[in-house]
Amino acid sequence: MRVKGRVWKFGNDVDTDLIIPARYLNTTDPAELAAHCMEDADPSFAKRVAAGDIIVAGKNFGCGSSREHAPIAIKGAGVACVIAGSFARIFYRNAINIGLPILEAPEAAEALQDGDVVEVDLGSGTIKNLTRQGLYQAAPFPPFMQEIMQAGGLINYVRERMKNHA
Amino acid sequence: MGMTITEKILAAHAGKERVTPGELVNCRLDLVLANDITAPVAINEFEKLGLDRVFDPTRVVLVPDHFTPNKDIKSAEQSKRVREFARKFGIANYFEVGRMGIEHCLLPEQGLVVPGDCVIGADSHTCTYGALGAFATGVGSTDLAAGMATGECWFKVPESMKFVFHGKLRPWVTGKDLILHCIADIGVDGARYRSMEFTGDAIKALSLEGRLTMCNMAIEAGAKNGIVSPDEKTQLYIKERAKRPYRFYTSDPDAHYVEVRQYDASLIEPQVAFPHLPENARPVSEAQGVAIDQVVIGSCTNGRIEDLRIAAYILKGRKVHPNIRLIVIPGTQEIYLQALREGLLEIFVEAGGAVSTPTCGPCLGGHMGILAKGERALATTNRNFVGRMGHPESEVYLAGPAVAAASAVTGCITHPKEVVGSYAG
Repeated sequence: MRVKGRVWKFGNDVDTDLIIPARYLNTTDPAELAAHCMEDADPSFAKRVAAGDIIVAGKNFGCGSSREHAPIAIKGAGVACVIAGSFARIFYRNAINIGLPILEAPEAAEALQDGDVVEVDLGSGTIKNLTRQGLYQAAPFPPFMQEIMQAGGLINYVRERMKNHA
Repeated sequence: MGMTITEKILAAHAGKERVTPGELVNCRLDLVLANDITAPVAINEFEKLGLDRVFDPTRVVLVPDHFTPNKDIKSAEQSKRVREFARKFGIANYFEVGRMGIEHCLLPEQGLVVPGDCVIGADSHTCTYGALGAFATGVGSTDLAAGMATGECWFKVPESMKFVFHGKLRPWVTGKDLILHCIADIGVDGARYRSMEFTGDAIKALSLEGRLTMCNMAIEAGAKNGIVSPDEKTQLYIKERAKRPYRFYTSDPDAHYVEVRQYDASLIEPQVAFPHLPENARPVSEAQGVAIDQVVIGSCTNGRIEDLRIAAYILKGRKVHPNIRLIVIPGTQEIYLQALREGLLEIFVEAGGAVSTPTCGPCLGGHMGILAKGERALATTNRNFVGRMGHPESEVYLAGPAVAAASAVTGCITHPKEVVGSYAG
């Protein structure tokens, strides 16, 4: 699957409080969470982001709290994928479990600029900068995680497994 | 080649003789945990499976502690959803307001987590339980839902890092200072995906409370878990509390570590982490004089009886500075009662502090002490991210209970010795 969108660039160590502040965690509604996505980093982000856009950040994206509301808010905002130098481990699991595409690609994370338009092949992990040229390759997912993603997230994967074991 | 304690626990729960770092394993879970923020999302996912039971109702723990006693209608609705789920599925370990505590203070105290366990919790500070010699790690709500359904979770076996602390701690230095110093050394992603194992004679000498504080903040270095090999102190702590049989695992002498870091703990001063990352920890002498508006003593990091005793020792017979709001939050009802019986709460109130029922409240900017624009807090909590305790233009400094109490007296960040001299407590 290919996605094409505008880059929203953030820095290193973007924590989950920045992605969705705790003051909004009194709901589980993706649309409500999306309305406050990245609010404390860029208060205008939620209003300006368009479906299919792409978040690009440095190292350790999603550090801090385990709140799954963070990838839910990003997905709810219509973001097609997150490209980062590296991901914090709980965020990484959560994103895969709920079906938010994420790509670990340090070179792309470094080179891509805010406002660039990029095309990403989520299957192969290739990232193409359409604004200023440049082709990057993300690290592939382990086969086990690909199975979870192909199942459409962890709950579907577990449902299949439980059915087979029943 | 030997194995680390983390590898041994994961191997035992995966039904394997041995595991090696990088290997993906499916582990049997001894306990799964969620709170009023993460459980509603987990329940949404769990319901999609259409099951009429959880894997084992005695091994699911639900603790509404974040926005409780409920701060608004939406939070009340979330707690209600958790409460109704607990009733429907016969979850005995559901802890209601008035009988509850901050989850990571509560579970060890109640003997719900025991040495040798493999535990997941939908809360990043689940890594706290490593202090008991258990493997415990934070996950998101969907992993938790799968765990509630199957009693299993997959893990990538982490590489282990060893942190050796030598020497006798200086007066006023606690587990909080050791872990802040350590995070400053390796950075907020210095142990990303890895296991942090704390060892050395300074850790041996540390109280269980101090070890819980250290393992609690392993996540602040990006770690999968923090862990301390159990010893006689663990035995003393757990023997009267344990609700289940337990097993002590220890690391083999020839276990493999990707990195070993040594610290002379006798050189470590009380620490203060500057905004906006825990890795910005420096000796308190470098923070001396920073004016503050609020002091919070509590949280899953430092809300235990030992922390309250240290704070009370400093505050006894003294007054909170006129510019300061002091908020003290005992971690559990049992700690609250203990502090009441020891006269600690009286000391806090006499000093001019507010004492709250157990709640995560201000630590994550939920309620019970939110900061206005431009305000600055010194807190014994675990995170000082942008907006963590309120307005995005407020600031949080992190420290242990001694620095927090001393600073509440002076109105600015202060070394405890400036207020009371040497520690005799």
